[in-house]
Amino acid sequence: MAESNFDTRIDYYPTHEHEGIKYRRGHVLPFGATMVPNGVNFSIYSSAAISCTLVLFEKGADQPYAEITFPEEFRIGNTYSMIVFDLDFETLEYGYRMDGPFEPEAGHRFDKTKILSDPYAKAIGGRDKWLAPPNWDNIYPHRSRLVFEDFDWESDMPLETPIEDLIVYEGHVRGFTQHESSGVKNKGTFAGIREKIPYLLDLGINCLELMPIYEFDEYEHSKTNPETGELLINYWGYSTLNFFAPKSGYAATGKFGMQVDELKTLIKDLHKNGIEVLLDVVFNHTAEGDHRGPTISFKGIDNNTYYMLTPEGYYFNFSGTGNTLNCNHPVVRSMVLDCLRYWASEYHIDGFRFDLAAILGRAQDGSPLNNPPLLESLAHDPVLAKCKLIAEAWDAGGLYQVGSFPAYGRWAEWNGKYRDTIRRFLKGEEGLIGELSQRLQGSPDLYSTRGTAAGINFITCHDGFTLYDLFSYNEKHNEANGENNNDGNNDNFSWNCGCEGETDDAGINILRHRQIKNALSILMVSQGIPMILMGDEMGRTKYGNNNTYCHDNDLNWLNWSLIDKNADIYYFARHIINFRRNHAVLRNRDHFRNADYKGTGYPDISFHGTQAWNADWSESSRVLAIMLDGGHAKNGYATDDTVYFAINMHWEALPFELPHLPQDKSWYVSVNTDMPSPYDFHELNNEPVLENQYSCILGPRSVVILLGK
Amino acid sequence: MQIDIKTENSILIVTIEGSIDSKTASEVQQGILEGSVGSDNVIIDLTKVDFVSSAGLRVLLMVYRQIKAKNGKVILVGVSEEISEVMSMTGFINFFEIVDTVKTALDSY
Repeated sequence: MAESNFDTRIDYYPTHEHEGIKYRRGHVLPFGATMVPNGVNFSIYSSAAISCTLVLFEKGADQPYAEITFPEEFRIGNTYSMIVFDLDFETLEYGYRMDGPFEPEAGHRFDKTKILSDPYAKAIGGRDKWLAPPNWDNIYPHRSRLVFEDFDWESDMPLETPIEDLIVYEGHVRGFTQHESSGVKNKGTFAGIREKIPYLLDLGINCLELMPIYEFDEYEHSKTNPETGELLINYWGYSTLNFFAPKSGYAATGKFGMQVDELKTLIKDLHKNGIEVLLDVVFNHTAEGDHRGPTISFKGIDNNTYYMLTPEGYYFNFSGTGNTLNCNHPVVRSMVLDCLRYWASEYHIDGFRFDLAAILGRAQDGSPLNNPPLLESLAHDPVLAKCKLIAEAWDAGGLYQVGSFPAYGRWAEWNGKYRDTIRRFLKGEEGLIGELSQRLQGSPDLYSTRGTAAGINFITCHDGFTLYDLFSYNEKHNEANGENNNDGNNDNFSWNCGCEGETDDAGINILRHRQIKNALSILMVSQGIPMILMGDEMGRTKYGNNNTYCHDNDLNWLNWSLIDKNADIYYFARHIINFRRNHAVLRNRDHFRNADYKGTGYPDISFHGTQAWNADWSESSRVLAIMLDGGHAKNGYATDDTVYFAINMHWEALPFELPHLPQDKSWYVSVNTDMPSPYDFHELNNEPVLENQYSCILGPRSVVILLGK
Repeated sequence: MQIDIKTENSILIVTIEGSIDSKTASEVQQGILEGSVGSDNVIIDLTKVDFVSSAGLRVLLMVYRQIKAKNGKVILVGVSEEISEVMSMTGFINFFEIVDTVKTALDSY
């Protein structure tokens, strides 16, 4: 390793020795543990500690082999740094002890008996293999480790797909392939996803959004269901132990400490296949809970800095999980920024979806800020400049910012109003046509200055019913969660189509499949960015459970045999996804102008009903048709076929008069969800001409999509 | 770990026995790079290697990069199924040509 130019550097050699360990003054930045010639540079911040000790373990050992207290002269400001020499990068585990006051009312909870994990650690040991039984007597259960940051990306870079062209697929690393039916070799892992890339390509999505992959403790709050005896765990992972470390238990090679390489290999391969990777990141709270929770890292390093505290020194709970990360404290803000930059640069991540992002806009006392510095910093950051930034624009403290999230021209957000409107409309509620038309257009009422690309449209996500369950259950059925069905959302806007749960009634099952196709059709023709939930393309069910955060079983594992059972749904989903990708007219970035600014003879968008050019906006209406002029595709920068889609949520069939096309064009049928499979759609570029060019019958509760070409 | 290095038809043949991990990786690297001064092509026989750690895989990739810079070729021989799988999941395998025997490797130059 020794290169001659390094030999001449003074800091290549130790100046101090303690119990045989050689060390010297370190570099303050970067924070964390960084490999340097001959050693490792350790640097950590604490504003209120009176001393800091570096604790070193051989991998897996019960007791540390060395503890080195930072000499006072190694402290610069509120940082401690030192270089330790001759460490084994692969087998080292390290942590810190911080000495300082235990004065909760003043915000301090120092406890020098605890060994603390480094907030900047790049890997965390202790949960190397998913659900492996932990040693509960471990004096340091979540151990900081080193990683090699020298991955050979070759020519890979983030894809930078225009956001309006994305079709997002929200998945869970373990849930995607853990089921026996997945057929992959390394089930439930990053490597398992890699084996399923051909499937994702077949489906047609171009963006994979992964539920949290930062290291978390699946055993956090684990308990046994008193009725079933089943172990309930932190399966989803919305509780971060460390923001820089990928979850080791999600890697087949985690037992060898190679989770970083395995994840990067997955990302590189997804990119090679044109699929972006978004991470669902949880910066609103940590796994340390409230004053009763464990001291793992932040709490013992600098409680006052990292958490929002009440005047009495308790934890604000805007996240609903015990504590709230103090995101707009300048030090925490820097950490979040460092973290995202790290993932964007080291892992080539294409974008981030921020869980309960409204919290990121709260001041240190919890009040909402008008100009939140963290959100502004992220929006203008040079490293993150091409990353997608997507907010879940609400929190558990009652702050709901859909449409008003501070965007700085950059931020998009999960459009919760889209979900609710489409669900209510699909279940047959009246009085929604005006709002429906806004949602189909990319919600200009919410994002008047931000364009259609500000909204991530979704009807289902991990939280709540699957699409199949949305049409199979009126009520949630969360008994398996062990909370007497009290957990989970009650406002599901769902409709069981006539029977609660599974049924042999053929009519009900046909209607359910049709409703799923209706939902997928509406999602894919809406302006804005569509997101589908893993498995909705094959009629996945969670048996009415709308909050499966704690289940490591069939409730969360995708059963791949559903592709055969619900083949009609899968083929339809694949068609409608590819239909969207094939038609630029569906993917504008800016809002429609309701005008013919290209001189084609048609406005960019027009509204219709059972009568052409005359939509029925009345209270009792359940129908709407929209025509998107192909001459105005991509806000006038592209040309496409004209797309006409009609939605009838009435329980009776209705005739729709069609708008006239120019003489050289005709209407062709792409989709009619009223038709049985395989006649519910027609292959791209092979659509049959519509027999009657003037009118089209829409069956009860169905969608028709026509192409004018 | 044992390492044996010889040259045949100006091709460096490195035979390793044991584990390549952080404790032995630098010895492997040094041995190969010093041995390959006069030859642009390297065969690394891993038939008797039972484990290659993260640091070990990095040595193999470093050797690959340095030999490739000289327009040479690195061939791995006798990679066990387990090592091959780890190399596949972590992306290292894509850089290497892998064959079953040293003879096949020699014939391919």
